[in-house]
Amino acid sequence: MPTEPARNDRADGKPRTSPPEGHAAPAHGSLVDAHVGRYAARAKDMAASEIRALFAVAARPEIVSLAGGMPYVTALPLDAVGEMAGQLVAQRGAVALQYGPAQGDPALREGICEVMALEGIHAHPDEVVVTVGSQQALDLITRIFVDPGDVVLAEAPSYVGALGTFASYQAQVVHVPMDDDGLVPEALAECLARLQADRQRVKFLYTVPSFHNPAGVTLSAQRRPEVLRICQRAGVLIIEDNPYGLLGFDGEPQRALRADDDHGVVYLGSFSKTIAAGLRVGWALAPPGIRDKLVLAAEAAVLCSSNLAQLLVGEYLASQPWREQIKVFRELYRERRDAMLDTLGAVMPEGCRWTRPGGGFYVWLQLPAGLNSKSMLPRAISSRVAYVPGTGFYADGGGAEFLRLSYCFPEPARIREGIRRLADVVDAETEIRATFGADRAGLPGRAGPADLTGPAGGPAS
Amino acid sequence: MSDLGHVLILAGGLSPEREVSLRSGARLRDALREAGVDADTADADAGLIPAVIADPPSAVYPAIHGASGEDGSIQEVLTLLGVPYVGALPGACRFAFDKPTAKAIARAAGLATPASVTLPKETFHDLGAGTVLDRIVATLGLPLFVKPARGGSALGATLVGTAEDLPGAMISCFAYGDTALIERCVLGTEVAVGVIDLGSGPEALPPVEIRPVAGGYDYAARYTPGQTEFHVPARLTAAESKAVTEAAITAHRVLGLRDVSRTDLIVSDGAAFFLEVNVAPGLTETSTLPMALDAAGRSLGTVCRDLLCQAAARGT
Repeated sequence: MPTEPARNDRADGKPRTSPPEGHAAPAHGSLVDAHVGRYAARAKDMAASEIRALFAVAARPEIVSLAGGMPYVTALPLDAVGEMAGQLVAQRGAVALQYGPAQGDPALREGICEVMALEGIHAHPDEVVVTVGSQQALDLITRIFVDPGDVVLAEAPSYVGALGTFASYQAQVVHVPMDDDGLVPEALAECLARLQADRQRVKFLYTVPSFHNPAGVTLSAQRRPEVLRICQRAGVLIIEDNPYGLLGFDGEPQRALRADDDHGVVYLGSFSKTIAAGLRVGWALAPPGIRDKLVLAAEAAVLCSSNLAQLLVGEYLASQPWREQIKVFRELYRERRDAMLDTLGAVMPEGCRWTRPGGGFYVWLQLPAGLNSKSMLPRAISSRVAYVPGTGFYADGGGAEFLRLSYCFPEPARIREGIRRLADVVDAETEIRATFGADRAGLPGRAGPADLTGPAGGPAS
Repeated sequence: MSDLGHVLILAGGLSPEREVSLRSGARLRDALREAGVDADTADADAGLIPAVIADPPSAVYPAIHGASGEDGSIQEVLTLLGVPYVGALPGACRFAFDKPTAKAIARAAGLATPASVTLPKETFHDLGAGTVLDRIVATLGLPLFVKPARGGSALGATLVGTAEDLPGAMISCFAYGDTALIERCVLGTEVAVGVIDLGSGPEALPPVEIRPVAGGYDYAARYTPGQTEFHVPARLTAAESKAVTEAAITAHRVLGLRDVSRTDLIVSDGAAFFLEVNVAPGLTETSTLPMALDAAGRSLGTVCRDLLCQAAARGT
């Protein structure tokens, strides 16, 4: 057996009781990371977390994950896409594998305008900036508009990825309540009036109007012009983030907010849900002044988006039946939504309420009074089901009584099994909670103010 | 490559410490390869047993943290497969992993350990949580540490300063398991002492002092570089240093452990208090065992290679 010459080996096998020679205790210990004192203030909250540790388990196939929002890309005609990709490199490799323009491939931008036309938007390709997923568009918009401390309005709850971006630019997020018809216009008006009275700098309203992530609700057609009017009157820009707009289960796509205001709305779009998330192709549609700054910001950030991915998407739009493929996705997600809603109705304990999405990926569920979705998560993981606790979707510590369930990825049978497991978890947690008494059991990170409770239609609605 | 042959590091598992374990496993694999060992990692999933049967490794290093990795389950499976492995036998793992059991064995061997009570959730349900908790506070005082009886990385553990915070801490704890250990919080210097046994008896590594920069040594403080200051060796008096290393050796011996362990202690007023012992200590860049090896002038790769050689020679 190979052995290593060791300075602290003792022949008698007895423990050594003092530090090894030459290793006197240093005055300052090791922080492991030698750069600790140099990080920017905005990196302060970038830390390991229990929740992330639990999500690492949720990715295992043994767990029914109702947590992640992964599109079901297996439903794509993968052979056709593969053949297309091969031909693209073989025939146009010199362009596809080269840098491209910072604003994005011109042919793709034309294709993007065709896609947006389905939601009533008449746009010119010059107004489009291609980005690395719409997440980068959100980052660039925040970068060019937000100084530390500026106010950004966002729905309560709001997309966790947007809140992360806003936090990284040190924005102050103010939540605006929603109900089952989306953002509440009166609450928006009141919020703006209050902030203006306080002389706060509101930079924009960030909204996901259709099939909201995480709430699953859609801003009603009646409310859309109201929201536009309120923001126009207050001089507040709207960032319309619409990755799910074409994934409605009933009727025609909702008319985008941008369709009725081409100066006061920046529209963010994405192919992540309609084609493939792994391509990382999204875009921003912005009025010329903002567009110019976005192009410069994009160039500074990444020089250009992947040309290969852009040309692939352009080719897909030109040669594949993409409208029919979106229908395939819609039907697939509708079946999964139905599996989730049916099972929720059949098994969830009394006191739970949830939204009934008309499209998209998510159901937003409110737990019985007193339960905390974050502290319940380890129990769920032990029971082999995962969800996202509501607290991630609030910038103000609220949301503990909510959780997000996604139905986009698991097969319907797995969804049913997952919901059954979740019902047992909620029952067990309710019992523990009852044991320790709701009045005594204060938990850290409990729900925020009552006006931020967000939408959650009852099971019968 | 060494003459050890192909070895397997088990990393991952389904406990909340999966991510930590994957990092431990990857780091150990790299260290072993650097030491000339043909090492690979494998997860403990449905593919494991067929893979081991098809291509039996000369020895296995279980680096799965938390339940299944440290409660004796994976060791039991490896025994069934007839594969030699590093670390304690299944029965010893079961005792060590259960904190109240390990504390009782340590106490019987003369080690000091903070006063505590261990209760399953049913007791609180059946007898009334309020009265039980009141009695606990009256007996043990405050502050208290509430933690799952089984588990690691401080998951589900809460430092409770006031009686009002105790029910919430109990709920968080019971989300991780059905039995809670409620322990008097002994204030002092937190120390981890690694023990290795390369054939000539258990040997303590230099104690590592753990000092979170702010707040307690919770999950974030454990695994975010920069959130905890480590002193190796710990800034202890010679007597304190002697006390913690002897305590770690004693714990290793009386719990019937083998090859490697890490004992966590608190030094308070010159006395060493046993908290818990780990049979598959973390091997990440913020874990204390590799720091202690480094301070002792030894490398993780060669020490673990030697442990694997020892296991291979020992057989099952």
